[in-house]
Amino acid sequence: MKFAVVVFPGSNSDYDAFYAASRVVGEQAELIWHKDTDLKGADAVILPGGFAHGDYLRTGAIARFSPIMSAVQAFADRGGPVLGICNGFQVLLEAGMLPGAMVRNDRVKFVSRLVPVRVEQTDTPFTAACASKQVLQLPIAHGEGNYYAPPDQLEQLESNRQVIFRYASAAGEVGSEWNPNGSLNSIAGICNRQRNVVGLMPHPERASELMLGSADGRVVLASVVKALAAQAPSPKAQVPA
Amino acid sequence: MTVIDSAVLERHGIKPDEYERIQKLMGREPNLLELGLFSVMWSEHCSYKSSRVHLKTLPTTGARVVQGPGENAGAVDIGDGLCAVFKIESHNHPSFIEPYQGAATGVGGIIRDIFTMGARPIAILNALRFGSLDTPLARRIFEGVVAGIGGYGNSIGIPTVGGEIVFDEMYAGNPLVNVLCLGIAHRDDIIKGAAKGTGNPVYYVGAKTGRDGIHGATMASAEFDEKSAEKRPAVQVGDPFMEKLLMEACLEVMKTGAVVGIQDMGAAGFTCSTSEMGSRGGCGMSVDVTYVPQRETGMTPYEIMLSESQERMLLVVERGREHEVEAVFEKWDLHAVKVGEVTDGSRLKIHERGTLVADVPNRALTDEAPVYNRPMEMPLWQKSVQECSLADLMPAPSAQHAFDRLLWVPTIASKRWAYRQFDHSVGTNTIAQPGMSAAVVRVKDTPRALAISVDGNGRFCYLDPYQGARLAVAEAARNVACAGGEPIGATNNLNFGNPERPEIMWQIGEAVRGIGDACRALNAPITGGNVSLYNETEGRAIFPTPVIGVVGLLEDASKTVTRTFKTDGSAVVLLGDNLGELGGSEYLATMHNLVAGKPPQLDLKREAALQQLIIKLIRDGCIESAHDCSEGGLAIALAECTFDTGGLGVSADVTGVTGMEVFSVNATLFGESASRIVVSCASTHLDAVMNAAKEAQVTAREIGRVGGESIRLSVNGQVAVDTAVLDAEQAWATAIENRMRKPERREQPRS
Repeated sequence: MKFAVVVFPGSNSDYDAFYAASRVVGEQAELIWHKDTDLKGADAVILPGGFAHGDYLRTGAIARFSPIMSAVQAFADRGGPVLGICNGFQVLLEAGMLPGAMVRNDRVKFVSRLVPVRVEQTDTPFTAACASKQVLQLPIAHGEGNYYAPPDQLEQLESNRQVIFRYASAAGEVGSEWNPNGSLNSIAGICNRQRNVVGLMPHPERASELMLGSADGRVVLASVVKALAAQAPSPKAQVPA
Repeated sequence: MTVIDSAVLERHGIKPDEYERIQKLMGREPNLLELGLFSVMWSEHCSYKSSRVHLKTLPTTGARVVQGPGENAGAVDIGDGLCAVFKIESHNHPSFIEPYQGAATGVGGIIRDIFTMGARPIAILNALRFGSLDTPLARRIFEGVVAGIGGYGNSIGIPTVGGEIVFDEMYAGNPLVNVLCLGIAHRDDIIKGAAKGTGNPVYYVGAKTGRDGIHGATMASAEFDEKSAEKRPAVQVGDPFMEKLLMEACLEVMKTGAVVGIQDMGAAGFTCSTSEMGSRGGCGMSVDVTYVPQRETGMTPYEIMLSESQERMLLVVERGREHEVEAVFEKWDLHAVKVGEVTDGSRLKIHERGTLVADVPNRALTDEAPVYNRPMEMPLWQKSVQECSLADLMPAPSAQHAFDRLLWVPTIASKRWAYRQFDHSVGTNTIAQPGMSAAVVRVKDTPRALAISVDGNGRFCYLDPYQGARLAVAEAARNVACAGGEPIGATNNLNFGNPERPEIMWQIGEAVRGIGDACRALNAPITGGNVSLYNETEGRAIFPTPVIGVVGLLEDASKTVTRTFKTDGSAVVLLGDNLGELGGSEYLATMHNLVAGKPPQLDLKREAALQQLIIKLIRDGCIESAHDCSEGGLAIALAECTFDTGGLGVSADVTGVTGMEVFSVNATLFGESASRIVVSCASTHLDAVMNAAKEAQVTAREIGRVGGESIRLSVNGQVAVDTAVLDAEQAWATAIENRMRKPERREQPRS
């Protein structure tokens, strides 16, 4: 299969995602410039971390206007798997492809550390290879990762099982003491109603090799490989030429 | 036209004899613009006029050195056609005036130096000095500097992987912000900052020029006084997003092969880049400031030439290939503007709307800058501060009390409050996280890794600058060796007071002599660096503080070890001699409020043998952890080996040093003798470790075992320290964040 990794000006984890997809997971991967308009036959799309357009307005607020985003939107509408990591998650929120918003971390400062993250649902393309309630050690590195949604939206997210990752203890307990940024309901990642678009603040691509302190994140990209193998034909094949 | 009188000269920081030299080199009186060019290029910051005679004595060559001092950064060969390109640079003065922007632009400046060479930056380290965290001023500066480093490095996506932070009142009015950046380049792709080829166009790329930072370099070459706060407009404002675009675009444009030479516009901005590129290439350059993109209206040629606006580059491009270069910058939405061309001869000619407004020989600004062999004199107080009578310090505090206090000292405590604000995982190369002795980053597409450490002990250098500088080199190299890295190159940042004072100049001379001796002995040639002088506030200088960055190479990245104990029951071995030296120690400063005595002795042959031994033990897979003993001595080193392990304790018993009477136990546990490393190994490897040590003629003693839940340290069989690991770790880990809280939320230290 093939991953497309979108490169916005200011993306800084684009190559990390590319490296994890191609060199660690061993699939094809291509970096796609944000001014491009097609995804070059990719089976899954990654919007990587970084500071797209400098994040001087709101995180992700300008990137959603990039030409490539119409192609990403269309790909997602057809059911194609899209993963937004960190700033990529923020872009998905700004683009309305995922519900809610990010605000400044509750302790105001940028937070960079390895944290335990509990997998809440395994029926998305990016958690298909996970065990239910599996705890992954993943790095976070963000200043605005405090997830917010109005009460009714939050309730809907929970009842639709759209919360995919939660900050937790190493043993899998959830509580404010293990919440690094003040996110509502300890939310670290969510999906859309169709479950094919997933966004998360932690960086699975940075935790894909044991040498780097954790290989727990590898399962996220490995999941999409498994999910696509189980589901044929792939979404790109459904598009008339 | 402005008449150049003594007031104008003073405002430009030019001394009367320097003005005479300018007139001689020019063959006439300079106009005001030309005087401005000389003032920035001849500033201490750009010309190294006080330190140059000493820097020349440093070892700068070696089997692996590809690029020594004189370029934007140094480069060493790391195999497979790759080079590590690195340098350290200071942004001390701006960080005092405006901590966030001062530190942020310091990070931006050194990153530009690295990618200018054609290298992709992969790691940032910093060496920071602040006043006591018990003062609001130091807390404010510390908070701002840390946020500024993170704000810039995190955005651009280069991980901050390590460094060191020391707090001492001597830096209260003059913090130090030294930043090291390291990048990787293909040896054949290294590009230099030289202009060549008459008729080749000169391009300006990046941010527009504004009035910010005019005379920043001159400011960095003057002492502070109460008016310094008024110099805020001379501190630049950073834009990491612009720098990220510039970095990606420059690395991409260099691949076209159409770039002849490239230089960033840092200190002294456009002036420095044009004159240095011309001077290095042995040619002239003609530019017209009218074409320089400007952020403000009505800027004069003087302002444009002297602005230190950030995130700007100057490129010399091969004539006929302009479109290739322009296309890349267009992709990144950056404007590349032709501002001039390379000329025959050796003059820098500056025009405004076609009219010649300055005409100066390049070399007059660069190589012909004055070089001073300033008078040096050992300070009158030097001998007396080396005397330290322990008898006057009676009674000795209990070792347990001292241990508890030392863990709570910000200089020793965990720096996680700071490094958790730094993205250290971006780039997926970081093997050893911040908080370990050395940072370790892998080199992608090879089995190798690089270990990097920055160190410097201002107290030792104050007590004896020669010895302190040798100890700084030894410690940085030892830290690198403790991660398994073989030192292959070094960079230095000299932070001192006013060189016009003979006792400061003596400190500089002695320190450089010490660096040279140690670098030669430990095979770590200096490939570049930075000098920051006039670190004084109202006549009081900082501790003389040479900071040394050492880069080491591991052939097998998977072999690296960290300071943390790994296995219950493993043997703990002390390599090196425990001499109980308390001179200049953190123990004396914390428990007796005293900075005195002679710094620890250092036998460079024994140090080299120790480092070779530890590198071999790691390469052979004999040991599980390695940690050098520095501030706080053996006791703190052992404690640090238990931290971040989830509570794995240690029980050790060491032989007490003699001749120290009631201070014997404290000297044994908290003395800061050099050339010592604590290692742990499986019992099955103990013989191999002891035999290797014997062969290397390094003292080795098994002093205890890993295990239990406490740090239990005995001297001559008598328990001196016994603390639960998790209690000790809690104090150590939270000491800084506790001080950074609002007063009503602060906790008090135990005991």
